[in-house]
Amino acid sequence: MTDSTALYDLPGPRTRRRHTRYGVLSAVVLLVLLAWILYLLLDTGQFTHTKWMPFEYQGIQKLLLRGLGNTLKAFALAAVLSLALGGLLATGRLSDHRPVRWAATVVVEFFRAMPVLVMIFFIFVALKAQPLTALVAGLTLYNGSVLAEVLRSGVRAVERGQREAAFALGMRKTQVMAHVLVPQAVRAMLPAVISQLVVALKDTSLGFLITYEEFLHAGKLIASNLDYDLPFIPVVMVIAPIYIGMCMLLSWFAGWVSRREQRSPRTDAVTVVTAGPGALLPGGEPPTAPRP
Amino acid sequence: MYVLKDNWSTYWEGFLGTLELTVWASLLALVLGFVMASFRVAPVGSLRVFGTVWVTVLRNTPLTLLFFAVLLGLPRFGLVLPFQVFAVLALGCYTSAFICEVLRSGINTVPKGQGEAARSLGMSFGQTLSLVVLPQAFRSVIPPVGSTLIALAKNSAIAGAFSVTELLGTYKTINELGYNIVWTFVWIAVGYLIITLAISALFHLLERKWGVAR
Repeated sequence: MTDSTALYDLPGPRTRRRHTRYGVLSAVVLLVLLAWILYLLLDTGQFTHTKWMPFEYQGIQKLLLRGLGNTLKAFALAAVLSLALGGLLATGRLSDHRPVRWAATVVVEFFRAMPVLVMIFFIFVALKAQPLTALVAGLTLYNGSVLAEVLRSGVRAVERGQREAAFALGMRKTQVMAHVLVPQAVRAMLPAVISQLVVALKDTSLGFLITYEEFLHAGKLIASNLDYDLPFIPVVMVIAPIYIGMCMLLSWFAGWVSRREQRSPRTDAVTVVTAGPGALLPGGEPPTAPRP
Repeated sequence: MYVLKDNWSTYWEGFLGTLELTVWASLLALVLGFVMASFRVAPVGSLRVFGTVWVTVLRNTPLTLLFFAVLLGLPRFGLVLPFQVFAVLALGCYTSAFICEVLRSGINTVPKGQGEAARSLGMSFGQTLSLVVLPQAFRSVIPPVGSTLIALAKNSAIAGAFSVTELLGTYKTINELGYNIVWTFVWIAVGYLIITLAISALFHLLERKWGVAR
């Protein structure tokens, strides 16, 4: 594992023994930490029957499922719309006409620089939109702008020879784009696109703050119920794994696509981005492929 | 224009709140991220596992859920701190996962031969680390750390919804006073732009001074 870094030499027998000692020691420390957290949970009575009872009721299960459904609905809408907007804005930024290019650049840069929550609140409060509309519109504007930048850097990362060869064959710019550059760019950037969709999925939880009845909102309703002795921690213990699991699944899919595309012969002329840390960053710079 | 003039103190308080949140959370994220990155490249198995779990879980947690759990959950264990401290904790821990990955990939960009050469010159581990590996890694992580911290500043807006004094939260007060809502948001947006542009200018300077000459 560690021989890929410049930090350590290959360990000899004595060093290996020392590392094993450190390993055991730190494992014990971590286990003690874990036990302490468990003790805290037990000590404050988080595993009592009253607190876990609500999850047995069908009404509450339905409430949770409806919340999850609303989260997924917002995610699906935001994903489709932001892909469409991203494609549109990327086309604008790659246009040959200067005004179009400038307009697209201004839109992309503005919406990337704004916190997505400010946009959502603006649409919700100032334009008096429905919570779902506000959430989807805010997510679409932000993620669409980021995706536009991702797609554009994908097109620019395709080897220059491809473009030149296509022009030399007498293709028009639209043909060059549609038949040569975009297919390769999309393949190369697919991992980054999926990673950005993970960000969109995570950000659907912002709907909680504008009273959209999504998963977290359902959890909050249950958690503030006095009949069940305010089961806040149990609710978090149920909701968090589901949320995190969904995002992990999508992240894992991005990594899988990345590994697959890197092996594919169809991406020889372009560098496939790894679905790495930067790619998952909300609001960070879009992952630009290294120039070939 | 007069929205800003009339509510200057509200805006200023919110702006300072966001700034404070950003600075403290950035420091926490940098320190924790550095610790986690050193765990993830350590030759000790259990530390590596801990670092990996930390990064994988936090990177896939919605920040709203984390705020929800930290600000409303920790008080139930008898830990009562001001909301602002909780917000710094949540924001800092969340961002530390991204910082960790940035630092780790920075360390991995240093060619293996550099470390081997340093060791064959008889340098100790500390010398290799501080004189050869970290200076080179530092140069390549400046831009990604900058964009991570910009993302942090933008994410701090979520704290406002959990009753922490902060820039986005000011809209409620000003809205109740009956000012034009569109202009209220325009000035909030300007406030955020000032902070994010300042961070990006700072990191441009750092990169100009220490960045890799490519």
